[in-house]
Amino acid sequence: MASKKYDMVIKGGRVIDPALGFGKDAYVFIKDGKISKIATPTAAVEKEIKSLDADQIVDATDKLVVPGLIDIHVHLREPGREAAETIESGCRAAAAGGFTAVCCMPNTTPCIDNQETVKFVQDRAKDADARVYVVGAVTKNIEGKELSEIGDLVKIGAVAISDDGKYPQNPEIMRRGLEYARMFDIPVMQHAEDQYLSAGAVMNESYQSTRLGLKGSPPVAEEIAVLRDIALCRFTGARLHIQHVSTRQAVAAIRAAKKEGVRVTAEATPHHMVLTDDEIGKEFNTNLRVNPPIRTASDRDAVIEGLVDGTIDCIASDHAPHQDEDKDCEFDLAPAGMIGLETTLALVKTYLIDKGYLAWADAIRKMTANPARILGLPGGTLEEGSPADITIIDPDKKWTVKADKFFSKSKNSPFIGWKLSGQAYMTILGGRIVFKQ
Amino acid sequence: MSRLHSRHLLGLEDVPKEDISLILKTTDSFREVIDRTIKKVPTLRGITVLNLFYEPSTRTRISFELAEKRLSADTVNFSTSTSSVKKGESLRDTVQNIEAMKIDMVVVRHSSSGAPYYLTKCMDANIINAGDGAHEHPTQALLDMYTIFKKYGKLEGLRVVLVGDVKHSRVIRSNIWGLKTMRASVALCGPSTLLPYEAEKFGCDMYTKMDEALDGADVVNVMRIQLERQQSGLFPSQREYTNLFGLNKDRLRLLNKNYTVMHPGPMNRGVEITSEVADGANSVILEQVTNGQAVRMAVLYLLSGRKEEGE
Repeated sequence: MASKKYDMVIKGGRVIDPALGFGKDAYVFIKDGKISKIATPTAAVEKEIKSLDADQIVDATDKLVVPGLIDIHVHLREPGREAAETIESGCRAAAAGGFTAVCCMPNTTPCIDNQETVKFVQDRAKDADARVYVVGAVTKNIEGKELSEIGDLVKIGAVAISDDGKYPQNPEIMRRGLEYARMFDIPVMQHAEDQYLSAGAVMNESYQSTRLGLKGSPPVAEEIAVLRDIALCRFTGARLHIQHVSTRQAVAAIRAAKKEGVRVTAEATPHHMVLTDDEIGKEFNTNLRVNPPIRTASDRDAVIEGLVDGTIDCIASDHAPHQDEDKDCEFDLAPAGMIGLETTLALVKTYLIDKGYLAWADAIRKMTANPARILGLPGGTLEEGSPADITIIDPDKKWTVKADKFFSKSKNSPFIGWKLSGQAYMTILGGRIVFKQ
Repeated sequence: MSRLHSRHLLGLEDVPKEDISLILKTTDSFREVIDRTIKKVPTLRGITVLNLFYEPSTRTRISFELAEKRLSADTVNFSTSTSSVKKGESLRDTVQNIEAMKIDMVVVRHSSSGAPYYLTKCMDANIINAGDGAHEHPTQALLDMYTIFKKYGKLEGLRVVLVGDVKHSRVIRSNIWGLKTMRASVALCGPSTLLPYEAEKFGCDMYTKMDEALDGADVVNVMRIQLERQQSGLFPSQREYTNLFGLNKDRLRLLNKNYTVMHPGPMNRGVEITSEVADGANSVILEQVTNGQAVRMAVLYLLSGRKEEGE
């Protein structure tokens, strides 16, 4: 029997691929795990579809068909803290959130600063519901002292390096990290935080921290770190990627650096675009404790402005799972971080698209083509021959965030109970349906 | 029957004027009780109160404990130094275990801001905040307000200066909320490194010059300065602090004639306040301590929900 011409066809949806500049009603044909073609609905195409079996056809009427979303900032907790998340559960959460690829940060136990640990993650991710790309550590055990064997990490597949969460305080180490990474043309991903200024802080320094008597991290702790590394980036000619930008001045610094031609890119999280530190005061909700902290309305607006004008290249969740036991405590004793893979798409829809800041195509670009470009990842497009990583979005689906519906092993989201709009309807990874609503 | 709006006292920020007035009015009757020969009433008989002290405290703990005993409550004392917290037990598990032994009210002192609020999520008991981090210390502010009220017969329109480490002081925060609710005029004074970010949003006058702050004030409430703040670089020396912000006899001349000097204790004599001023005729520092017990009796009584019984 002859092999099928196609394995799957998605019909009836509006296809948006910012990388191709494509945005209209079309059919997507999949064969051997790859995009075979995108075709607008002509008589010939309709005829072609009629020859297919019904179970090969995915009906995407009233839905958006986009390249599989890519989240370049995720914590999968394995190895070391499997009770909070595993590679398997994290990837299931990714698929449920519409993500077909994630980049995992190296602050695991042991730290991802060697080939063995990279290999371990890659092995665990082989059959997972999302592609996992590894970000290795800049310094050994992310201690900010000695460079990791970055060449080894890249050789086995690391796509970038970062000491995420532990910004190298010593500028000399950061300089060497940037210079060394330049050899491999990978970016250094940077969590910007001058820890002299933020020592002991548990929230943003603002009127709210003053009111609550909580130690605040001043926005200038982020601004200084961003400015320092932009200067080092300019000097070394390396590639710098600023993670989870959260302050008005950091956005301004990145905007100016880009204008100047410094090789800097940036990401922001939905929670920094949606929340303000006013929220903490109501209940001392430990799920609002994140790093960088939720800041003021002015900072939130600046992050949105940066996203709109292109200063911020992509949207990343900074998915940071923590068990209930760890978050169920006094605010200042709680670990920082919230989960985000399963709420990112809906928060972007509800708070950026519905409010008129971004068109769908802009939002999709920041979750597909741009992250793929920054890290040189395959995917991020529906171009013929690309992996058939596809997200079908139900753009106006109304839903309420519920803790028991999360696929992530951890439920530490401040958005539980929120009513949102837009949701992943189906997630396809290499031609295989890994999630269906 | 008058009732407080909340069954807990977590802070003064959201406490309405009528509740503060009710507490101050109720304090009067308990102030009379502690002046009696037999300083005990059966008001809280059968009620068990847990004094949950996660942070060292002498005067607040004793003040609460005496208040409870004088209301005939059964009391249980807990301090972290002698508890299973040292074995790593969480706050939730600790309090839920104690509550399983049937307690009705909890007086909590904790170094984490918001810990009393967290307890309301963990247990059914009435919670009274006896100081949480740098957040609030409502009974201290209530006793301060009661002391001022007894002297002037009002709070509205008085000019009260709070001097010291505004950044880390829970006493100052509770005083700000309470005094502003009662329509007093509040001024904050301290080194700029100890005035926290955007403190002007509290709606108080702000000063870094002591003489300007004191000019025309009725009440000056001096806060203790901690040596560790100097060690962490927030001011250069106690000597310089004393020169710039210490309350001494010379500075008293700037105050209104019928001025009042207050301090929540413990005092660093010779640092933030001279002995001459602390022990002077216009000092109400020890009266604050006595009133503190009566205020705490009033709060315990009002929150216990047993207003009909007792005296």
